[in-house]
Amino acid sequence: MSDPVTSSLLSVDARTRKRNAAEKRFRFYGLSAIGAGLAMLVLLLVTIFGNGLGAFQQTFITLNVPLLEGKLDKSGERDLEKIKKVSTFGYAPLMVQAMEDALAANGIETELKGKKQAALLSKSAAADLRDFVINDPSMIGKTVAFTFLANSRVDGYLKERVTRESIADDKSIDAEQLDLVDALVVAGVIEKRFNLAFITGADASDARPEAAGMGVAMMGSFFMMLVVLALALPIGVAASIYLEEFAPKNWITDIIEVNISNLAAVPSIVFGILGLAVFINYMHLPQSAPLVGGFVLTLMTLPTIIISTRASLKAVPPSIRDAALGVGASKMQSVFHHVLPLAAPGILTGTIIGLAQALGETAPLLLIGMIGYIASNAPDSVASGLLDPNSAMPAQIYEWAKRADPAFYERAWGGIIILLAFLVTMNTIAVLLRRRFERRW
Amino acid sequence: MKDVTMNKIKISANNVQVYYGDNHAIKDVDVQIEDKTVTAFIGPSGCGKSTFLRCLNRMNDTIDICRVTGDIAIDGEDIYDRRVDPVQLRAKVGMVFQKPNPFPKSIYDNVAYGPRIHGLSRSKAELDEIVEKSLRRAAIWNEVKDRLSAPGTGLSGGQQQRLCIARAIATAPEVLLMDEPCSALDPIATAQVEELIDELRQSFAVVIVTHSMQQAARVSQNTAFFHLGSLVEYGDTDTIFTSPSDPRTESYITGRIG
Ligand SMILES: Nc1ncnc2c1ncn2[C@@H]1O[C@H](COP(=O)(O)OP(=O)(O)OP(=O)(O)O)[C@@H](O)[C@H]1O
Ligand SMILES: [Mg+2]
Repeated sequence: MSDPVTSSLLSVDARTRKRNAAEKRFRFYGLSAIGAGLAMLVLLLVTIFGNGLGAFQQTFITLNVPLLEGKLDKSGERDLEKIKKVSTFGYAPLMVQAMEDALAANGIETELKGKKQAALLSKSAAADLRDFVINDPSMIGKTVAFTFLANSRVDGYLKERVTRESIADDKSIDAEQLDLVDALVVAGVIEKRFNLAFITGADASDARPEAAGMGVAMMGSFFMMLVVLALALPIGVAASIYLEEFAPKNWITDIIEVNISNLAAVPSIVFGILGLAVFINYMHLPQSAPLVGGFVLTLMTLPTIIISTRASLKAVPPSIRDAALGVGASKMQSVFHHVLPLAAPGILTGTIIGLAQALGETAPLLLIGMIGYIASNAPDSVASGLLDPNSAMPAQIYEWAKRADPAFYERAWGGIIILLAFLVTMNTIAVLLRRRFERRW
Repeated sequence: MKDVTMNKIKISANNVQVYYGDNHAIKDVDVQIEDKTVTAFIGPSGCGKSTFLRCLNRMNDTIDICRVTGDIAIDGEDIYDRRVDPVQLRAKVGMVFQKPNPFPKSIYDNVAYGPRIHGLSRSKAELDEIVEKSLRRAAIWNEVKDRLSAPGTGLSGGQQQRLCIARAIATAPEVLLMDEPCSALDPIATAQVEELIDELRQSFAVVIVTHSMQQAARVSQNTAFFHLGSLVEYGDTDTIFTSPSDPRTESYITGRIG
């Protein structure tokens, strides 16, 4: 005991000074940890947006195309079957013609041959034009202003990814063509603008990065999430309620409990190989189908949902259960009338976080063939959405990232932005639902 | 004052033993609880009052490690018989807990919940009537009549406890078990609840656990004194408080053990 005369509240004693110093140090460590974390986050976001925003812009070339009847519909009958017989080779000369017209109209001179001029257009340009005509044969005979995708090299040139130095060894474009691009940009024929097709379109082959889009993979992800939600939520919640509220506490439930916790930590690729063995090899469900992907992701999400649901059920004060049982409610009434509504915000949050996890999961999809599959058409019904081969958003991103053409690299980053947008949206919904349903007791 | 006429026996418990795992919490208790009477359970903390009370409406069933043996009969029917559904039993034997535990719902819904699940009302008007009557009897109607749709959890502790009493009597039980119902209440609210208990005695058998000797003396006609899991003495409240036959009872009520 210190002498009461010597201890004054106005002077800090050595021990207190030491403790205060320790506290200050600890706060400093904490702040630096948070600072480091924030710096990483900023770095991540800057990289993603710096690399990926370009994918949302695309270079387009608008030309007046003479849709000559003599080339596209020799009979003049506008018979769709006959029009369809004209392949993209029949359309190529029209595009060359249109290009030359555009040069003449803008007073641009070049020594390039027509074919090389038309090479500024995407390799899918002729197919796009053909689709346009087949959709609306009445356009034959007219001259239409058609907006073509520019070749990815042209796009890259406008985005400064492709430079005159970098094309030295590039066979698909040369310096004269770039001169022509410069002139056409000045004339307003070539312009860069927002590209909705990147968000809604299908993936494209290696030769046409400019046409590749995320849309079909997004549908694949959507249908997988539908399956996950429809299966994992009811199964997970029912299992949790049973385990938490009804199951006797004995060694069997202990084993189940331990197993669920362990399942949550199992690497996702294990679920993938399980899916391959059970759903595809044994049950003969179609390969690469979102249905199977959904099953696999359901297995992966279930432990997450069960654990968070049980935690929220546990958090409901037992006095509420006593109160319900005390007025003569049955066990089930006490759970469904009182406990579950109180646990709902936690359950919803857990479910959405589980879904978000599943949305970004790539590894298990590898084994059931959803990576590397290029679906060219969006599903037209729920059944085809579930059963037709498709990819998924993270699978699409992985696919693009591993392709050689740097134009795909940009799209991979762009895809990540879309994926992030989905995740942020889902998490926001989780927070909002939580706020909305949270009640205090 | 104890009624001159002896009431009929509502609950009769014989050779009741309760174990929590290896812990023998209630040892061979025999008690006859009279109808239309307030019976007080007193005794030092941890002696098993709540445990025994919870046997009477089988709330102990919810505790996994709890095991009850012996006979407890209400109106001559063994409540631990295999054919008895505890849910049905609890509608007949209402309970008010030590800690107020209103549902996180509106005041109205708190009271209406029991009648609803037991189908005690045929119309909304009838339900309204039950709710009002119960709240009135619990001496809380005047405080809440203007905010029946406000959450029950927003009331003060004492109001919450009276709301819980209203909730318990709304299901028209035959027995009302109250575990230290006044431990969270101020003297005024306590007085109101005591008045209420006295009034409830007209219709039910009331069993109340209390730590207050004065309260036991004020509201009960019969008193049971528990000590270390055994029923030491049971009888007429006046007798217990004026001339206890067991020395342990005497030292407890005079404040020497507890
Ligand atoms: N849920 C439980 N699990 C295990 N043991 C319990 C449980 N509830 C009570 N007990 C034990 O049973 C004995 C009696 O407890 P009980 O709650 O009935 O006492 P009490 O007389 O109500 O005490 P108090 O006046 O403090 O409320 C105690 O030894 C206690 O430890
Ligand atoms: Mg107690």
